[in-house]
Amino acid sequence: MRSCRQLRKTWRFDNTKSITGDSDALGLVDIVRKSERGPLDLKDLALDLKPVAGAMPASHAVVRAEELRRVCERAREGYARLVALWGSDETARGAGFALHLALAFPSGILWASVPLAREHPRYPGIADIYPCANRMQRAAYDLLGIHAQDSPDRRKWVRHRAWPGGVFPLRKEFDIASRFPPADDQYPFVKVSGEGVHEIPVGPVHAGIIEPGHFRFSIVGEKILRLEERLCYKHKGIEKRFEALTPEQGARLAGRVSGDSTVAYAWAYAMALEGIGGTEPPVRALALRGILLEMERIANHLGDLGYIGNDVALAFGFFQFWRLKEALLRLNSELFGHRYLMDLVTPGGVARDLQRRQAERLIARLEAIGAEVAALKSIYDEHAGAQDRFIMTGQIAPELAEKMDLAGFAGRASGIRHDLRVDYPAAPWQQIGVQMASHTRGDVAARVSVRFDELFESIRLVQALAAQLPPGEIRVPLAACPAGGRGVGWVEGWRGEVLVAVETAGENRIHRVHPHDPSWQNWPLLERAVLGNIVPDFPLINKSFNLSYSGQDL
Amino acid sequence: MADTPGIAFQILQSVFVVLAAPLLLGWANQCRAWLQNRSAPSILLPYRTLAKLFHKDAVIAKNASALFRLTPYVVFGCMWLAAGIVPVLATDLPFAPAADIIALVAVFALARVFSALAAMDIGTSFGGLGARREMLIGFLAEPAMLMTLFTAAFISGSTQFNTIVETLGNREFAIDPSLAFAAAAFLMVALAENARIPIDNPTTHLELTMIHEAMILEYSARHLALIEWAVAIKLFAYVSIGIALFAPWGIAEAGNWSALPLAFAALAVKLTLAGAGLALVETLLAKLRLFLAPEFLSTAFLLAVLGMLTHFLTQG
Repeated sequence: MRSCRQLRKTWRFDNTKSITGDSDALGLVDIVRKSERGPLDLKDLALDLKPVAGAMPASHAVVRAEELRRVCERAREGYARLVALWGSDETARGAGFALHLALAFPSGILWASVPLAREHPRYPGIADIYPCANRMQRAAYDLLGIHAQDSPDRRKWVRHRAWPGGVFPLRKEFDIASRFPPADDQYPFVKVSGEGVHEIPVGPVHAGIIEPGHFRFSIVGEKILRLEERLCYKHKGIEKRFEALTPEQGARLAGRVSGDSTVAYAWAYAMALEGIGGTEPPVRALALRGILLEMERIANHLGDLGYIGNDVALAFGFFQFWRLKEALLRLNSELFGHRYLMDLVTPGGVARDLQRRQAERLIARLEAIGAEVAALKSIYDEHAGAQDRFIMTGQIAPELAEKMDLAGFAGRASGIRHDLRVDYPAAPWQQIGVQMASHTRGDVAARVSVRFDELFESIRLVQALAAQLPPGEIRVPLAACPAGGRGVGWVEGWRGEVLVAVETAGENRIHRVHPHDPSWQNWPLLERAVLGNIVPDFPLINKSFNLSYSGQDL
Repeated sequence: MADTPGIAFQILQSVFVVLAAPLLLGWANQCRAWLQNRSAPSILLPYRTLAKLFHKDAVIAKNASALFRLTPYVVFGCMWLAAGIVPVLATDLPFAPAADIIALVAVFALARVFSALAAMDIGTSFGGLGARREMLIGFLAEPAMLMTLFTAAFISGSTQFNTIVETLGNREFAIDPSLAFAAAAFLMVALAENARIPIDNPTTHLELTMIHEAMILEYSARHLALIEWAVAIKLFAYVSIGIALFAPWGIAEAGNWSALPLAFAALAVKLTLAGAGLALVETLLAKLRLFLAPEFLSTAFLLAVLGMLTHFLTQG
């Protein structure tokens, strides 16, 4: 029998010339270059920048389509990362379409808008410069029909069978009541051929109660040669729905983009609206938002640390962490009136105040939960069986993480030191200072370690914020949003940076809302993290990221 | 030998094992729940699950062959046969000479082969995956199991279960290093063969990590019930083999009705301890990375061989 090493030479990735699941299969990632001059400032781009008002530093610029690639290349060389890419229909404003990019520079976010023609809207694709843009470009095409030229991957992404090709639901002319017979659903996965190679299709319906996603493994024996994801099985039309709402009504919807990040989305949405109208939320409200955001972070890390234990059959860890998560959710319910903290962050402030006695109770309960987590951490750390499963499993090296813009705590576990609370310390973070957790190994163990560190830091932050809540109001009325207003909300959610970009229309309406989840950036890296690992380790690797299906399938 | 009381004992034991096997599983599950600070499900839950499954309509894949339908009965039959061979309540059962320890291992292997074939029969990728993994575990576990049994066979000079149990049960209490080695090896093999942690996780819902569960994903209703029941009997049979080899005290002789109450009591105590021990092991350990399973099982094999060598050394 030939060894695996000899077999490797015979594996081929078929039809990569016509399509690729991720840009790196073409070697595009290697094109990415870094300038030796160090970080680039926004001003160096020679664009006509207009400041976007709001809590986070942001500017807007109009970029012509022919200049798009030059801007992106300069930005990439200058260490700017792509946060989001989306499109919009500008026909109601007498123009054609537009492509929007959010690029994160050290001095703030650049919102670049590229005007596109009404007929055959197209722009030069940037997936070779920013590999994470690939799926966003495909989604923008499926929803709006704006086409990325010279893109190696022209497959659909969001569209399944709900609407046929050539119909673009996010266009203003699209009637929300339209119904179509189920369209065909041809989706060419990249085939791997060779001796002993076979495919395992998993999902979209899984044995556990989780969100739907299809995973196509190409394996030889137990070793994973390639994983390809197909997501977006539950398109909900959230972006379309926003356009039928007033800005205030949109707050509830924003809080439901991804249920586990409801505070992050609601805050980002509120931040964008407050920027547009020039509303200053009271300092007490900002401190309370900080508490809510960190409570969300603690709850999610508790749940996932339990799941990670469950995936290595350490049921003890699973039940202990979930007991603690339940205790935390009940505390949320008791103090804030909702277990998952929905609808508490509202434009202009927060919906509920925290009394002195309640704050003391919050501090005391978190102290107790923190002590229990510390005990569980030492059990995880010293459990030889669990550590053997964690260490060197699902590794993403820092170089790859940087090339593909790995976001959030997963990025921090792979040496990408970005945390909005630290990089752009707006209120309430500037007063208390956030310690960034980080690790460089990028494996499951590193992500577990970063999760533990962030959990303890969040407990500290909540306690610090609750101990000295500034006096005053918790809510001010939201100033009217003028037509043509533009606002950015940018919040470090538990999974990573959540961006909500809002454009308003006249008569107190929304022109366009794009909520962006960090899962867009991280899903493609999950495909990379499993390479060379064995099939039974996939659930563990997957759970160490725990990405949102809903957040990137609006 | 095939006298009437003997046959009565045989029937009693065979029926008893089949009926009591889910209880052992229920007890182990209960212990595990307590160890994890949970309130435990009823000890009778496995029976209720079986009853529920027997009342459902079976769903069978369109391309399933007769083999797929037949397998649950074969597997259940194999386990029932094994339960008749292993001395649980009494030694010298009339059925026992029909198969020795080698044949017993072969009976388990037969069930495994049918399970694997049925898993591949449907043509789903999970079935093939599970069958492949099961065979990986099986081909390593079976030699280790045989070696363990051989150690006991050398001590008693026979591969017949009756002789082994009588020899081991009727001698003075002394710690025999070769049996200690064999016991450790047996424990490891038993965990692997019964798809327990650290080799497999019987409670998982993660398709990609499954071994035994992946093979039976396509079964439903009465077929699934038979397989689940067979799993319980297999666990019971393995625990009984362990008891017969390493703690045979209190077992009755076939036909000796007066020894039966003691045999029942001794068995109940031993099973209680074994179930609790299983729960403890499953709580303390995490599941091994799949490719460490061969190492785990070769360690078991090594221990079994060491046991055998120790026997020859100590016997001169």
